[in-house]
Amino acid sequence: MKPLKNFLFQLQEISLLVWRAFIGLFRKPRYIGETIRQMDLIGVGSLPIVLLTGFFTGGVLILQTYPTLAYYGGQSEAGRAVATSLIRELGPVLSALMVSGRIGSAISAELGSMVVSQQIDAMRALGTDPIRKLVAPRLIALIFMLPLLTVAADIFGIIGGAIIASGLFNQETNVFLTSVRTGITTEDLIGGIIKPLFFGLIIGCISCYKGLSTTGGTVGVGRSTTNAVVVASIWVIVFDFFISKALQTILDIRPI
Amino acid sequence: MPSSEIEKPEITITEAELAPTADIQDAVDEPDRILPAIEFRDVHLSFDDKKILNGVSFTVRRGETKIILGRSGGGKSTTIRLILGLLKPDSGQILVDGEDITHFTEEEMMRVRQKMGMVFQEGALFDSLSVFENVAYRLQEQGVDEETCEKEVRRMLRFVDLEDAFDKMPSELSGGMRRRVGIARALVGDPTIVMFDEPTAGLDPPTARTICELAIKLRDLEDVSSIFVTHEMNNLEYLSSEYATVNEDGEVTYEMEGEKLCLINTEVIMLRDGEIIFSGKDEQLRKNEDPYIRKFIRGK
Repeated sequence: MKPLKNFLFQLQEISLLVWRAFIGLFRKPRYIGETIRQMDLIGVGSLPIVLLTGFFTGGVLILQTYPTLAYYGGQSEAGRAVATSLIRELGPVLSALMVSGRIGSAISAELGSMVVSQQIDAMRALGTDPIRKLVAPRLIALIFMLPLLTVAADIFGIIGGAIIASGLFNQETNVFLTSVRTGITTEDLIGGIIKPLFFGLIIGCISCYKGLSTTGGTVGVGRSTTNAVVVASIWVIVFDFFISKALQTILDIRPI
Repeated sequence: MPSSEIEKPEITITEAELAPTADIQDAVDEPDRILPAIEFRDVHLSFDDKKILNGVSFTVRRGETKIILGRSGGGKSTTIRLILGLLKPDSGQILVDGEDITHFTEEEMMRVRQKMGMVFQEGALFDSLSVFENVAYRLQEQGVDEETCEKEVRRMLRFVDLEDAFDKMPSELSGGMRRRVGIARALVGDPTIVMFDEPTAGLDPPTARTICELAIKLRDLEDVSSIFVTHEMNNLEYLSSEYATVNEDGEVTYEMEGEKLCLINTEVIMLRDGEIIFSGKDEQLRKNEDPYIRKFIRGK
């Protein structure tokens, strides 16, 4: 019973955190400078790892699927297979997992350190709401930057796929790209952008909550950092299933 | 001798004597002064099954320093966290300037916190901000222009004798300097209530004395009401026996109370397991026969 109670309690706390951050957006002072700084840290800072992930994921998809497609004579559809997998599924999920590892841990560690060194209390004592000053800018930055990072990962994945298809399997690049163009639909693109919006929210609220609820000194900071990454990653994967199902229904996305 | 022959002394009352005394005049001019700055009424607080505060009641008058003594875990820091609204009591009332803040929301507490300053145990400076940015934090949040901020920060850093640290980062400061920057940050915006949470813990005696002198200066020269949480008897000695004055050269000097002046605006309360076991003057504390208090005074 206790784990269920804990889960419901944490769910309630996270919901309240998000609600207060959302309400805070409509009140002054607004922390626009801090939000832009976070966008830079989260977006520009995560770009190299997300691009690398996208590039090699596209490459390995071709590496694994091309021989099978060739066996059935469908190698001309290789671009379509890579693009659809990347845009619908792998791009959003892998980008979210990479950002969860890099940014989720950083947010949780930073806020956790501020809690144990009483900086959060000091902030409140000085008349600043930490949720508006610290949580809201990070949530907004994640919600806005993760879709952009996902698009970048998708593009680099397709480029990676094209290079491997051409380099290892001698497929003409224009054949690959034509297959990509005919394979993806507007619904795929919309779905591929909607998913990371939710993932950004999940990573942001879990890592902020874990950071702000840190107890137990420096050991506690380590614990909440690990928890933030693990819990956010799991929820990204769990939510991916439900969001995919919902998008399939709402956008009427057909199978490959 | 018949009564009619008794020579009655002629009593003459001057106009100056007829005028109300300074205290009465202050109360007439500022009726709010008679309201306590802080008041606790039967406050209870528990974490899970552990009682942290058990029916705590006390008042802090305007311009008074209340020293809260007690061992670690006795509920001292919790008391000031309750005043700041960082925690909420299970029952009882907390009043600040006569206003019941017990059930204030976070938004309402932001307004109350504007008139309070808090000095944390380790300074709690923002690591990523310079000394200037730390001290100017409250003003910058209020949208005060940069020039006014700088002037006010320099004034506060001068007050704590740390003007040279203006551009430094917290990591470059010693423990004592961090506490003094913490005091400067707490004093920006001229709060009428300042709370010190073990500000001398872990500091060498001369630095601890400097911190106490700053608290004395605030009490005697700035008319600030304060709560000074500590477990060190040295702090009690300084705060309850010395006062600050300004000499002819405009310098602040510290003198011992005695025939010339006796401090009445500093009182002590002692907490034990969340209950007040003593409340009164330091002299009364030293004469108290309670074995726990005797042991505490002797440092055992």
